[in-house]
Amino acid sequence: MTDSSLTQLTIAQAREKLAARDISALELTESYLAAIEAANGALNAYVAVTPDKAREMAKASDARIAKGEAGALEGIPLGIKDLFATEGVHTQAASHILDHFEPRYESTVTANLWADGAVMLGKLNMDEFAMGSSNETSYYGPVVNPWRAEGDNKALVPGGSSGGSAAAVAAWLCAGATATDTGGSIRQPAAFTATVGIKPTYGRCSRWGIVAFASSLDQAGPIARDVRDAAILLKSMASVDPRDTTSVDRPVPDYEAAVGQSVKGLKIGIPKEYRIDGMPEEIEALWRKGIEWMRDAGAEIVDISLPHTKYALPAYYIVAPAEASSNLARYDGVRYGLRVPGSDVSDMYEKTRAAGFGREVKRRVMIGTYVLSAGYYDAYYLRAQKVRTLIKRDFEEAFAAGVEAILTPATPSAAFGIAEQDMDADPVKMYLNDIFTVTVNMAGLPGIAVPAGLDGKGLPLGLQLIGRPFDEETLFRTGYVLEQAAGKFAPKRWW
Amino acid sequence: MSVDIETVKRVAKLARIAVDDEEAGRMTGELNAILGFVEQLGEVDVTDVEPMTSVIPTAIKMRQDEVTDGSKAKDIVANAPAGDDNFFVVPKVVE
Repeated sequence: MTDSSLTQLTIAQAREKLAARDISALELTESYLAAIEAANGALNAYVAVTPDKAREMAKASDARIAKGEAGALEGIPLGIKDLFATEGVHTQAASHILDHFEPRYESTVTANLWADGAVMLGKLNMDEFAMGSSNETSYYGPVVNPWRAEGDNKALVPGGSSGGSAAAVAAWLCAGATATDTGGSIRQPAAFTATVGIKPTYGRCSRWGIVAFASSLDQAGPIARDVRDAAILLKSMASVDPRDTTSVDRPVPDYEAAVGQSVKGLKIGIPKEYRIDGMPEEIEALWRKGIEWMRDAGAEIVDISLPHTKYALPAYYIVAPAEASSNLARYDGVRYGLRVPGSDVSDMYEKTRAAGFGREVKRRVMIGTYVLSAGYYDAYYLRAQKVRTLIKRDFEEAFAAGVEAILTPATPSAAFGIAEQDMDADPVKMYLNDIFTVTVNMAGLPGIAVPAGLDGKGLPLGLQLIGRPFDEETLFRTGYVLEQAAGKFAPKRWW
Repeated sequence: MSVDIETVKRVAKLARIAVDDEEAGRMTGELNAILGFVEQLGEVDVTDVEPMTSVIPTAIKMRQDEVTDGSKAKDIVANAPAGDDNFFVVPKVVE
């Protein structure tokens, strides 16, 4: 009993139909399992599908609905990024070095989702250890973007690192997905696939049970079909967690209540430093359109300056690799995952890590090791952390002047091709994808990417809204205004 | 600042990643591209600027000094590539 129209429902719509008993959780789950079965060969969005678990969870949801005990996400089928520990289920950060790893525990974020009744469809592809902007660094091969340029069959990247999450949501292979964002890994793939992605304030979602990349920057968040669904998902994902010392002790608001609230009189900042050289005119035009939409809705537009913007990306490429080199020291062939035999214990470590890590991960571990090594710490890491203070100060000054949200483009381009030569040859070219998103991680702020239009080739482009710490509600409010004005966008089905 | 192939090999050793000459050569170019990119941080005046330690002001959480978890030896070694009776097995370390 499957019905492909069920997979078109947003979470809010499915929630209504489930509550009214128009559909069952099992029917909904079966529809998604059939959609995955039909599409995953072409899109490679899932690295592991868990049909038995999904059916079992859906049946339990139907039983709870029948008893009137439905949770906030009862019966909603979700995809989970491979970075989240899921008990007894494939959790490998899309890396070879974590081969066969099945944790004996559940991450806090996924445990929160299951406690609210959500159903797990499987684990989603991603860049290895969340290091990448195109989902091409995955040990499981690239994810293919469900979007194609008009009249062109070329395979495009879905962005990264949460490329599997974004592609699965855009291609109706899950109702919503978990994702993580260290430098733009939720917002950039959301922009490339016309989905909505929010990185909440650092500390809003627990990092417990999420494979660590750069601990001072990593945050979990949802990728969803629309702003309301993102609000629904974040409400369930966020929590106060004693097991993560950086989880912030404040109650989780009802984000959905913010959707549809007026933005009249809200002060929106437009930072001049986000107008960068070589940015396509289409993105400039989209940004202007976004400004007009906000103004039409009654917001007050003010020009602001964030003078240290251009230093965020270089500072990030010191801080993030430094933290990664330390976090990834645990993959040593002893406790879990891959082991390559060696002549002694050191040789075993070196061979295991050489075989288990991909090129991009090695590159970042090497950079991190170098910048933290004796004699270089002050010149690189300490200086980068000072620059980070200045980046955060720029935002604080804008907010102190009364700005309540900041509107910027989400990415400097639309989705590009898989295995594009110039990106492959120069790692820095790939890093530039995160130029508009990385500042937000460096300052720990919340940021949302909302689809805002299509470029000349028919590919989606997104706008980003940046908020004050723990003011995700304003992002849902303003994001919804953009969504209402821009309309929704869906790929033409070819897979 | 830039690195030469010898430095790359030394860093690889520190990072416990085996590299051959060809890989070290390629990495030298890649690392220098990244180091060249981050060089621009030198332009920023950071006099009297405190380094960032925490993006969100947080007090370290305190908890009771008591046993709340444990007796999970089987869980802990469950994913080990080599184990024996709740121990991790590694190549001989001490002669």
